[in-house]
Amino acid sequence: MLDIENIKKTFHAGTPNEVRALQGVDLKIDDGSFVIVIGTNGSGKSTLLNAVAGSFIVDSGRIRLKGEDVTNWPEHRRAKYIGRVFQNPFTGTAPSLTIAENLALAAHRGRARGLGWALSPSTKTEMYERVRSMGLGLEDRLGNAIGSLSGGQRQSLTLLMAGLIKPDLLLLDEHTAALDPKSADQVIRLTEEVIRRDKLTTMMVTHSMQQAANLGDRLIMMVRGRIIHDFQGAEKRRLSPEDLLDRFEQVRRSDLLDETAASMLERQYV
Amino acid sequence: MMQLIGSVSVGLILSLLALGVLISFRILAFRDLTVEGSIALGGAVAGTLLVSGWNPWLATFLAFLAGACAGTVTGILTTRLQINGLLAGILVMTALYSVNLRVMNRSNLPLFKEQTVVSMAQKAVSPDLKWTIGRWDIPVQEVLVVILVLAIIGLVSGIMYAFFKTNLGLAMRATGDNEQMIRALGVEVGWMLTFGLALSNGLVALSGALLVQYQGYADVQMGLGMVVWGLASVIIGESLVNSRQIGMLVVGTIMGSILFRLLVAIALRWGLNPNDLKLVTAVFVLIALVAPNAIDVARRKLSSLGKA
Ligand SMILES: Nc1ncnc2c1ncn2[C@@H]1O[C@H](COP(=O)(O)OP(=O)(O)OP(=O)(O)O)[C@@H](O)[C@H]1O
Ligand SMILES: [Mg+2]
Repeated sequence: MLDIENIKKTFHAGTPNEVRALQGVDLKIDDGSFVIVIGTNGSGKSTLLNAVAGSFIVDSGRIRLKGEDVTNWPEHRRAKYIGRVFQNPFTGTAPSLTIAENLALAAHRGRARGLGWALSPSTKTEMYERVRSMGLGLEDRLGNAIGSLSGGQRQSLTLLMAGLIKPDLLLLDEHTAALDPKSADQVIRLTEEVIRRDKLTTMMVTHSMQQAANLGDRLIMMVRGRIIHDFQGAEKRRLSPEDLLDRFEQVRRSDLLDETAASMLERQYV
Repeated sequence: MMQLIGSVSVGLILSLLALGVLISFRILAFRDLTVEGSIALGGAVAGTLLVSGWNPWLATFLAFLAGACAGTVTGILTTRLQINGLLAGILVMTALYSVNLRVMNRSNLPLFKEQTVVSMAQKAVSPDLKWTIGRWDIPVQEVLVVILVLAIIGLVSGIMYAFFKTNLGLAMRATGDNEQMIRALGVEVGWMLTFGLALSNGLVALSGALLVQYQGYADVQMGLGMVVWGLASVIIGESLVNSRQIGMLVVGTIMGSILFRLLVAIALRWGLNPNDLKLVTAVFVLIALVAPNAIDVARRKLSSLGKA
């Protein structure tokens, strides 16, 4: 399904602000698998997802999606295969358009957009049903501007939009991080439902150890632009939130170790 | 009364300009200064073709296309060559000044006996035919011109409204609203912006072509201050309809253009020096842009005072 081969990405290369966000990532994801991505702040999780989505072109390495080499494809071209939900609820929807219009836009993800009516009566009925099945009571407000909704409602709709045409790959980047606990739970429930129902291949970034332990059938952990752990199958199922916290603690200690080693070297040589 | 009808006609004609500005400034969120060049371009192209005896409708349509080309150039400069949007518009506007002089071969091109869209409507009745309402005698010719312009605006704005309800038009609206989202949904934003600027400047040039036929001459200076003029109409329209729905915005912009023209006519009547007109317009737009914020701030201050 997704085949990432040794991709690298450096921001602001050659300047004092140089950030090596991805330092050679390899990852193969099978059809229908649900991969959780965790890691410390700035470890490159978002950058990895953005690289797959095509927000930028990687410096080196290959990305294959459904057997096609998409390494040099621009973002809008990859949209045919990829559905996305962002961390910021404002990113995924067009605020001054109505709920129905936003859905109509998503109903043409990656397809040619012509001069057909965006909101034909049949599309409207279908949207009404889809929104009603989410159980948020938004189906009677399809004509309201989406900017008037709460973050949780917008995030739920973004999720619905991402799955409106079944995506070959679903990318979720901390999509509940900006929500209050209740809305976050709701969106997570919806996420599970959609992924299970349509057997979506998914990559989901989260900082919640609870979510990381309970969801998905595979978990990768990133540190400084590399994948350092990859748990699958039974090993993933056995992971508890505490185990994951332990792993973070190990990373922190080895970071500390690196720092002390560095300062020792500094004292010796500088 | 005659002046009133004249103001309505010009207001209607300039509403096409305002609709163009609505597309670029509001729908695409792109500050497009090409407008000042493309309205004169529309006038120059239509005027020149008319003087050479072309069919007025064809000349008007070609003026639209010329404006669309100008918008396309601005779009390409900013999306493909990564030039700042304001600067791209200024470059094209400046270049168009010379282009327009080339097209017309002079700076002012009068239309005397040439057949125009306007004269075609007027010729339907004799100039002596009057329509008496109360104490006014209104030449029926003038009424016919208003009806003709109204029909054109109705048709164009109807097409525009319908377009924004299609899948393509909806994607264009989303481009100005949330670029990142629409890119993730598979739309090439650069192309969409260029296409939108072509539409916008096509409408602006169409406005110029009709204006030239109405006033009977084309002038290379006719674009001066037109961006602000269009913005003023859009802003008045927005406050008239107080809605973000596309249909309401289109109707509001047309009403805003007519109302603004009427206000200007009244102000001139009351003794406003025509030389001060652009200054007054600019100040008006400035106030309209700043006032909503200022009122908000004042209201918040008042309410916090109330609580304290
Ligand atoms: N567009 C960009 N331009 C410059 N630097 C960037 C850009 N995107 C990411 N970075 C940098 O790359 C590094 C990795 O960032 P990334 O957003 O991928 O981290 P993350 O793992 O998602 O962190 P978080 O948990 O905080 O979201 C960071 O140091 C970040 O500052
Ligand atoms: Mg991130």
